[in-house]
Amino acid sequence: MTIPHPPATRVTAALARRGRWRLPEVAFWALALAALFLLPGRYLILNEIAILALFALSLDLLLGYSGIVSLGHAAFFGLGAYTAGLLARHGVAEPVVGLFAAAGAAALVGFATSFLVLRGSDLTRIMVTIGVALVLGEIANRMAWLTGGADGLQGIVMGPVLGTFEFDLWGQTAYGYSLAVLFVLFLLARRIVHSPFGLSLCAIRDNPLRAAAVGIPVGGRLVAVYTLAAAYAGVAGALLAQTTQFVSLDVLEFHRSADVLLVLIIGGTGYLYGGIIGAVLFRLVQDELANLTPQYWYFWVGLILVVLVLVGRERVVATLAAPFAGLLRRFGRPVREA
Amino acid sequence: MLTLLFDGIAYGMVLFILSAGLSVTLGLMNFINLAHGAFAMAGGYVTVVAMNRYGVPFLAALPLAFLITAAVGLLLERTLYVRFYGRSHLDQVLFSIGLVFMAIAAVDYAMGSSQQLITLPAWLQGRVDVFGVAVGLYRSFIIAVCGVVVVVLQLILTRTRFGSRLRAAVDDQRVARGLGINVNLIFAATFAAGSGLAGLGGALGTEILGLDPTFPLKFMIYFLIVVTVGGTATITGPFLAALLLGIADVAGKYYVPEFGAFVIYTLMIVVLVLRPHGLFARAR
Amino acid sequence: MAPALRTIGLHKNFGGLVATADVSLTLEPGARHALIGPNGAGKTTFVNLLTGVLTPSAGRILLEGADITGESAHRRVRRGLARTFQINQLFRDLTPLETIGLAVSERQGTGRDWWRRVGTKGAVIGEIVAIAERFGLGDALEERTATLPYGKQRLLEIAIAFACRPRVLLLDEPAAGVPEAERHEILAAVAALPRDVAVLLIEHDMDLVFSFADRISVLVNGALFRDGTVEEIARDPAVRAVYLGEEADA
Repeated sequence: MTIPHPPATRVTAALARRGRWRLPEVAFWALALAALFLLPGRYLILNEIAILALFALSLDLLLGYSGIVSLGHAAFFGLGAYTAGLLARHGVAEPVVGLFAAAGAAALVGFATSFLVLRGSDLTRIMVTIGVALVLGEIANRMAWLTGGADGLQGIVMGPVLGTFEFDLWGQTAYGYSLAVLFVLFLLARRIVHSPFGLSLCAIRDNPLRAAAVGIPVGGRLVAVYTLAAAYAGVAGALLAQTTQFVSLDVLEFHRSADVLLVLIIGGTGYLYGGIIGAVLFRLVQDELANLTPQYWYFWVGLILVVLVLVGRERVVATLAAPFAGLLRRFGRPVREA
Repeated sequence: MLTLLFDGIAYGMVLFILSAGLSVTLGLMNFINLAHGAFAMAGGYVTVVAMNRYGVPFLAALPLAFLITAAVGLLLERTLYVRFYGRSHLDQVLFSIGLVFMAIAAVDYAMGSSQQLITLPAWLQGRVDVFGVAVGLYRSFIIAVCGVVVVVLQLILTRTRFGSRLRAAVDDQRVARGLGINVNLIFAATFAAGSGLAGLGGALGTEILGLDPTFPLKFMIYFLIVVTVGGTATITGPFLAALLLGIADVAGKYYVPEFGAFVIYTLMIVVLVLRPHGLFARAR
Repeated sequence: MAPALRTIGLHKNFGGLVATADVSLTLEPGARHALIGPNGAGKTTFVNLLTGVLTPSAGRILLEGADITGESAHRRVRRGLARTFQINQLFRDLTPLETIGLAVSERQGTGRDWWRRVGTKGAVIGEIVAIAERFGLGDALEERTATLPYGKQRLLEIAIAFACRPRVLLLDEPAAGVPEAERHEILAAVAALPRDVAVLLIEHDMDLVFSFADRISVLVNGALFRDGTVEEIARDPAVRAVYLGEEADA
């Protein structure tokens, strides 16, 4: 092909459009960065949002892109948290090393358990993922000599990030650190979902039978994405352990798996920003409602869930997002009419 | 040793009563109802309130727990659950988790977060010695009640017209509809009965399982184990699974307390992976 | 030269029910072969055995001389055995562009690439364009698949299978359910398939079968009832009785 054929240029352009950066995306990240300097006093909640966003992003890779329903994603979050916490407690003070270790540990367990979720219906997947999280929770509880058991893992002392940025009392470094990690991993995820590999995941989500009939090794791809999502969740857990310098059994509990699912559902699945937008909304609403009735926060979580699915997830999200629909589309949010 | 076995059987019987309704929901409507434990909790709290606040005797509180929970179940089925048949499993899971969270918070608000206690009538307290085996009176009572319930359930399922229609509907819903069976009506009735049984189980279980607002989450996995391991095709499958689970859990906690529930969870995963339709299911 | 596809005593039973009974069938390279049979004759089961959706109870499957009986579904595709489905099995939320791009990437062996964007290699683009034009999908490339007209979806079915560059292509009722007005487009696409690809057409529509095929195999109750040229089958009174007769009654 010496002179590009007109349809060929059109196809090239159309494929290139899929992965192009859009202005609102850039603005979003600029805003997140600006918050690092403009919102002192809000760093703690911003840090929590960034961590929750990363956790939800990892679930989006599973649920949104690959169609795997998991109700035990906290398993990998908790595993990452304990790995990073234990490392720091036993002398490895560099946070970034902790991140890699947490990602590795979570990926390892993710890989090993991925074979359990390969086959089977939604129900078996739900049960097995809950089961894996329960097993890990039980192990953490029983190995109190290592994890501190119900008292939690205390005495975590973190060194400065990359030997340079000391964690401060106000959490500015913490937020900056979490945001940077979120951004880097987001970039990687963005790259992945626009690759042939990412596209094959969407194909498996839409129709595994046909995916195999196109020559896609369905099992292999699911193992890969499950492992990847586990590593992401592990990093999110590590960030929590490092920035709060505390790990409790709570990181492995069922409500954490349910929370992250809700966060992702609020923001919408399958366009990467869903988890991030969901995390912002979830934490802000939680802040308001929890101030009202801190004890009964979960009543409102439950109510949101019931109303959300009763009316139809897509519809609620679409209605609430209507004023921003154009904007969201620019984030690459898929348009799906019921 | 035999005492342990006895306790395990009693525990397993309660688990079966608690889970029977869930097995039907799953088998008949292919509905993943994670909120089933909330009905059990409701039954428990009905008993507690009836006995402690209004002085209702224990034996009268049991049917009350069944009836009130069944009514609540029917109401929710007609108003909310019915909208979710045929929806994706993800939606069903989100919806029923939402219900669980609401129930937990609501009960916490109304009753406080502490463990609830009931005082059993004197004739159910203590143990007696039978051929050298110490047998708890209350556990004997549980086994008797649950045994009667199991027999009645089995009779209803196999001997009545309702039972044969229910089995037909579970077996193949479309064919059943084609035969003019009102599947929706059957399901509403079964859902109510299943909720009622859960309520009864919650009432009976208050003494041995404990009762606090986190009950639905704490035991959710147990109910799910019973139905997934037992399969949804028969009533005997979940029954055997419940007994096994009860005995294994009691024995496990006694002999290898350091493992805790670890063994149970691991076994569940193994069974699910090897036999996705349940341990006692017919091969498909 | 080895036959493009060959089955030897292929057998499948579900419990006591025999779905495929001892079927031995040969497809020469570049064949135009039709598989017909009354409803419930086991045609789709046979295709599912060939493509690895089901595992045979006995018998062997040879693709260009190589035994593929034990291979997984996706490996058979990579070896050159592709299929379409009687009922559309498409990726609802992807566009035809993405769907074809995906199939082409997989065939070119870049499906595991998780770093580069789809279509950053020139070869992919050229092939997507060629396939889109061959199957008349050029105008619909960027629409969501679920919203395409039914005829276009049927064309996409064939296009994806074609994108796998098969040596043997199994077409399961390609024109099923397509409105009369859009039908000719699909028949033309089927007729224009390259001659070096062996095609097994599973079909009910006798006009299509007679216009397309050189050889016909008749499946009845899971067993191979007759196998011969179009003329032989058309003249065979037993086939008429079993199949055509039944058709006339229905």
